[in-house]
Amino acid sequence: MDIKVLRDNHKLLAEYKYELGKIDKGYTGRSLFVNISENKIESKPVSQMMKDKFVGGKGFGLWYLWNATTPSTKWNDPENEIIICGGPVCGITQYPGSGKSLVCSISPATDMPIDSNVGGYFGPLLKFSGWDALELQGKSEKDIIIVIDGNNGTVRIEEASLEAVDGHVLGEQLTEMYADNEEDKRNVAVVTAGSGAEHTRMGLLNFTFYDPRRKVARLKQAGRGGIGTVFRDKKVKALVVKFSSVKGDLNNPFDQGILNRTGIKLHKEVHDLDPKQNNMRKIGTANIIEVMDEYDLLPVMNYQYGNHPDTQKIKSTVFIDKYITQGVQDGCWYGCSLACAKAADNFLLKTGPYKGHKVTVDGPEYENAAGLGSNCAIFDPEGILELNFYCDTYGIDTISFGTATAFAMECYERGIINKEITGGLELNFGNFDSAAQLLHQMSKGEGFGVVVGQGIHRMKELFAEKYGADADFLFDIGMEQKGLEYSEYGSKESLAQQGGYGLTNKGPQHDEAWLIFMDMVNNQIPTFEDKAEALHYFPMFRTWFGLYGLCKLPWNDIAPANNKFTSEPAKIPEHVQNYLDIVYGVTGKRLGTDDMVRESERVYNFQRIFNIRLGKGLRKNDKTPYRSMGPVTKEEYESRQERYDGQLKEKIGYDVTGKTTEEKMAVLRSYREDQYEKLTDAVYKRRGWNSNGVPTIEHLKELGMDLPELIEVVKGLQ
Amino acid sequence: MVKYLAKDDLKCIQCGTCEEVCSSAYFKTKDRFKSCIQINEEQGKPEISVCSQCGKCIDICPVMAISRDKQGIVRINKKICVGCFMCVGFCPELSMRQHDDYIEPFKCIACGLCAKKCPTGAISMAEKDDSQSQELKLDKLFNK
Repeated sequence: MDIKVLRDNHKLLAEYKYELGKIDKGYTGRSLFVNISENKIESKPVSQMMKDKFVGGKGFGLWYLWNATTPSTKWNDPENEIIICGGPVCGITQYPGSGKSLVCSISPATDMPIDSNVGGYFGPLLKFSGWDALELQGKSEKDIIIVIDGNNGTVRIEEASLEAVDGHVLGEQLTEMYADNEEDKRNVAVVTAGSGAEHTRMGLLNFTFYDPRRKVARLKQAGRGGIGTVFRDKKVKALVVKFSSVKGDLNNPFDQGILNRTGIKLHKEVHDLDPKQNNMRKIGTANIIEVMDEYDLLPVMNYQYGNHPDTQKIKSTVFIDKYITQGVQDGCWYGCSLACAKAADNFLLKTGPYKGHKVTVDGPEYENAAGLGSNCAIFDPEGILELNFYCDTYGIDTISFGTATAFAMECYERGIINKEITGGLELNFGNFDSAAQLLHQMSKGEGFGVVVGQGIHRMKELFAEKYGADADFLFDIGMEQKGLEYSEYGSKESLAQQGGYGLTNKGPQHDEAWLIFMDMVNNQIPTFEDKAEALHYFPMFRTWFGLYGLCKLPWNDIAPANNKFTSEPAKIPEHVQNYLDIVYGVTGKRLGTDDMVRESERVYNFQRIFNIRLGKGLRKNDKTPYRSMGPVTKEEYESRQERYDGQLKEKIGYDVTGKTTEEKMAVLRSYREDQYEKLTDAVYKRRGWNSNGVPTIEHLKELGMDLPELIEVVKGLQ
Repeated sequence: MVKYLAKDDLKCIQCGTCEEVCSSAYFKTKDRFKSCIQINEEQGKPEISVCSQCGKCIDICPVMAISRDKQGIVRINKKICVGCFMCVGFCPELSMRQHDDYIEPFKCIACGLCAKKCPTGAISMAEKDDSQSQELKLDKLFNK
């Protein structure tokens, strides 16, 4: 449809004019509050307390969310918010991975706060337009867009009924609508969901960045926890920000020279070492598909197995050689030389409403290849790319979709559900057509796709209540916790990673801790105390990226040549120092490594207490499905019999001679579940929590987080 | 054809004239750190560091601020540049320059001023075939 027709059809609901302001050492000092129930737009000051205790990014997001909601707020209540905030470092152009936005909301999947870290240009352009954060509240009756013009100082709420909903179309429409010309398109950033977000609880947000070479509005995703579902429930079609004078010093940093030097040092490191290390510039995170298979960690058939002979059909080189355009600058913000945002161009779609279209597919990232591929036994690169494309444009989280579909497939294969229940879909492992059908059904809001789209937590309840399935077995094989689907790593053989998934604030994702190699492969953290220390340090360290508007990948997906000779190679000390330097360069704040952890602890504990306020966040909520800990079925045990038999003998002194697989499984299970409990005790202790997982008042005082509203929540649980 | 500054390290006597000429022309100051050509020393021998106009940086720039002009010279459009300095880190010759007084990088544009003043002929203007240009051909790549 003609862009002019679309725009002429807009109806202005509210307009707000503001002074452009100036950024001072990474902060604009104010947030943009928009309530779409009342069409109210306001500027809110950012206080010194917010900077001191919450820093920015998800810290600000969670703080605003806490103040906007009550202990009874549900995801679809009007007071629930979506907050987008970059953080003080967000928007510098010299250091790779410095353009991230953190998005917070109460999740329809977990019914508690979720935060998601996403690239694309929205966060930096929002800040350059004069706003540290966008706080969006309320619910509209009709589809609207919010347009921020950072050059003219206006914010408009406009009814927008004719635009598309699907991300790849809407991103293009609004980029073209608000850009003055082709060269101006990179100055427009759009946030969309997609049609699938309207009918599922796994809706995501697409954040665009215009690619001037491909001439396409590329998409990055705030994927986890259903924030896109909240977005569409509020009837927001899109957010648009326009700012057309990006330079490398707009954060008005304390010391630009440090940023320049630190950035150039890392650019050189990436140039020299990436081809020898992870090949991020060629294939992004998907470089590890075959590595995970080799280490028996790749999720195969709903995490039953860790490898498969057909992995070679979807290994990284297949994508490099045949699908992913090579040699093009692929950063999702300026200055990202790691450039992991890969894309397959001129990809011909074979199914669905865009069948026959040639599109640019943003991906595959490792999680997509593993979740949509091996976990569903779809060992077909084109199948993976097609599912990847439709997940993105429909606004569906690839990880939740992949894991939920793998669960449904296992249920189908085991006869827990059948063709009658699936509406005729043959959900066998490996059936690409059925997986694609599920997605298209999610887009249309019909059929079994809507059931899968509610996520594993709700599927388990439905299958047990309505179809008489064994609830305990479903609990064992359903790879979700707290309502969120697991991301795509097998954790059975790494106790630390079981904790890395299970002992998290927002559910089992790998944003907080990824310890498999340290634990299982390199055996660097053998004792409970070692593991607990790792499950304290790494979640805090990784949380820190989300406070400043940073990406984690340039921390450890590239390493200095001498890293292995340092005292703690897993921490990559030189890169940690880089981060301390760039924070100093932007804010003038000279932090040490302990301060870094402390800053995160404040927000991490705040988030834990936020969960508790919403009736979660206790030890019982940290229980994990047994599939994440060990073999649920006979087939799984027997696939690794030698390893499991050996462990029974060596670790427990159990004589396996003459024992049936079932007997051995029971002993192994009891041992592993006990190990997880012991790990939980050790981790809680290290984090300053009591045995129920509640932060102690003493610990909150030590952190400077003994705010009255927090004490109120935890005082009865000490 | 691509115009570029050819160099012969063996003829260089490290007098620094080229650096002075360049920084004076470019930034109206005599400062070798603001010169596009820089004379370094490698294992006791002079090494002339200057852009070969290979064009690798063209593909590195996220905003396409670097392009080749009609004479084949690789130039930075400073109005568009966002100061990420990836081109500095990725230059195969390590001859894309950066100075903290400026938020954009700078490079040799083969103006020839330094060559005219070089007392030994260690640097001179030259031309090479287009086939040595290393940037991607985007039209072919994306079929657009």
